[in-house]
Amino acid sequence: MADGNGNTPLLQVKDLKTYLFTRYAVVRAVDGITFDLKEGENLGLVGESGCGKTMTGLSLLRLLPQPAGRIVGGQIIFDGQDILTLDDDEFRKLRGTQMSMILQDPMTSLNPVFTIGDQVGEPLLLHQGLKGNGLKDKVVELLRLVRIPVAEVRVRDFPHQMSGGMRQRIVGAIAMSCNPKLLIADEPTTALDVTTQIYFLKLMRELQQQFGMAMIWITHDFGIVNRMCDRIAVMYAGRFMEIGPLVEMFKRPVHPYTIALLNSVPRVDRKVDQLYSIEGQPPDLRQEMVGCPFAPRCSRVKPICREQYPDEVVLDSSHKAYCWDVK
Amino acid sequence: MTELLLEARAAQKYFPVQKGLLFAKTVGHIKAVDGVSFSIEEGKTFGLVGESGCGKTTMAKCILLLEKLTSGQVFVGGRDISKLNGEQLKQYRGMVQAVFQDPYSSLSPRMRVRDIVAEPVVVNRRLSRKELKERVTEVMGVVGLHEEMGNRYPHEFSGGQRQRVAVARALSLSPKLMVLDEPISALDVSIRAQIMNLLRQLQAQYSLSYLLIAHDLAVVRHMSDQVGVMYLGKIVEYADSNELYAKTLHPYTKALVSAAMPSEPGVRRDEIVLSGEVPSPLNPPPGCRFHPRCPFAMPKCSEGEPALVEAFPGHKVACFLHSDKVAQPEATTVSSNGKKPS
Repeated sequence: MADGNGNTPLLQVKDLKTYLFTRYAVVRAVDGITFDLKEGENLGLVGESGCGKTMTGLSLLRLLPQPAGRIVGGQIIFDGQDILTLDDDEFRKLRGTQMSMILQDPMTSLNPVFTIGDQVGEPLLLHQGLKGNGLKDKVVELLRLVRIPVAEVRVRDFPHQMSGGMRQRIVGAIAMSCNPKLLIADEPTTALDVTTQIYFLKLMRELQQQFGMAMIWITHDFGIVNRMCDRIAVMYAGRFMEIGPLVEMFKRPVHPYTIALLNSVPRVDRKVDQLYSIEGQPPDLRQEMVGCPFAPRCSRVKPICREQYPDEVVLDSSHKAYCWDVK
Repeated sequence: MTELLLEARAAQKYFPVQKGLLFAKTVGHIKAVDGVSFSIEEGKTFGLVGESGCGKTTMAKCILLLEKLTSGQVFVGGRDISKLNGEQLKQYRGMVQAVFQDPYSSLSPRMRVRDIVAEPVVVNRRLSRKELKERVTEVMGVVGLHEEMGNRYPHEFSGGQRQRVAVARALSLSPKLMVLDEPISALDVSIRAQIMNLLRQLQAQYSLSYLLIAHDLAVVRHMSDQVGVMYLGKIVEYADSNELYAKTLHPYTKALVSAAMPSEPGVRRDEIVLSGEVPSPLNPPPGCRFHPRCPFAMPKCSEGEPALVEAFPGHKVACFLHSDKVAQPEATTVSSNGKKPS
């Protein structure tokens, strides 16, 4: 496990609540999550679509959809300062330099009318004030870093001239351009082909060894988590169900949702007759929830689950679950 | 034993590429499907795996008669489907149905679910209104939807329920063969298992045959009896599902298996990481189509194209590493060829 030497974590999130105020209802996208992240650590945020994992990522970068999205409670302490108290100008100096993000779809996250070079150079120009040849050299160096062949020629290309895998690597280069301490990758490989996916993940792992940034992997794919992460947090309906070290979570999951989710994924190394399937649908986040959000679909549900949200159960210092049925 | 329901023999589908507007001339062909042969037994599932652009969906479209094969034949129930017409064609369409990837776009937003499920029956069969209603209620029940849900529109359903509607529509004509084109990729993780279980239960109940198209080997393994691995319009490996995973031969299949990700931490098998991208089917590389990305490429791979030969009983592979059953050469490190795919 990549571990920082300091005792204070790089990132501390305390009881973060992000709500979306739409015309018709308030969507409780993130409803009180707490976690921390050490320097150089890889945390996987796993859950189904609509469980709030992307909103968590966007909250950390203060990039919530406007005007609907608002952080209504909690603290985000990054590198010793509470970033929710910073004003926009101050925060802008942090975003892109100290923390950045790779979005899901490289087809839409690059601007089609600017060249690759312009787009990779933009954060360098804005944050580091590089100009002219210095800027150009740095851009080519970054493109080489993400293995774009003949980088010095391809800086003048436009995104549509690149394949999907290359585009995602370019997005990676942009995110890495100012050596961030925290990189959030939101489903970075979902839009890529399987074999390209592995190549990208392997590259990210190498870059991480080189630059030592901490990463949050937002995904629904246990395979990616498995390959890349030190710890996993399982999210459901805006809340954490369970968080713990990778091996622990796979070998000894305790929360019924984690167990069900792991059993519902087909495996390549053995054949099972029937997959475990979780009946029902994830809850509607527009309604205020009483009790555990997973209770309606849970096979181990107790009366108290429907009345009160479970307290944190600490299994050991790093493995925690939120369930009434876990001792 | 079991009979063959479908047999594809050297199926080819080329799409012409034209240049010029007024005096358009064909400048080349995209060889989407280039000599693919496989068969599906009654009541079994054949899985077709490959990355996007490898021609697996085009193959499915040819079977559904949405595209016409350039050459080769597809036999279903012993008949060449390109020669069907009139009543036989109508019968064929009832026999072969499809479920598509994205239930958000494959269901008409303006029709009630009841009408969506009924439509194939209305078009293909003559039933009284009462019989039709009974049939719709029946198939909806089979896929786990309540009768009163029929009055709703697709947007009122979740992704998993919509895919159930799509399955019900496909079932309404009691088909023998269902083409499942990435039936679960658009669904949520916890819903995927529901749909996979439903499809397998239906198969057992009605002895349906499935042509399953997917890019995820774990899904194909779970669902299929036989698997064909496609790369750039050709099948490169073909075997029983268990055999394929126990004894993976082709380097591309190995790469796919290692891409299917370890299911448990700590199990780090030998990984084959491919560099580069899938080349364009307009201008496939000479020799073996996989050789520019293959970590085991030999000089002769760029010269001749390996044939699909039986390396073990029932296990076919198109690769020079196995064509003469020579011992496998030592694995070389993955070379980054740095070539720009044209």
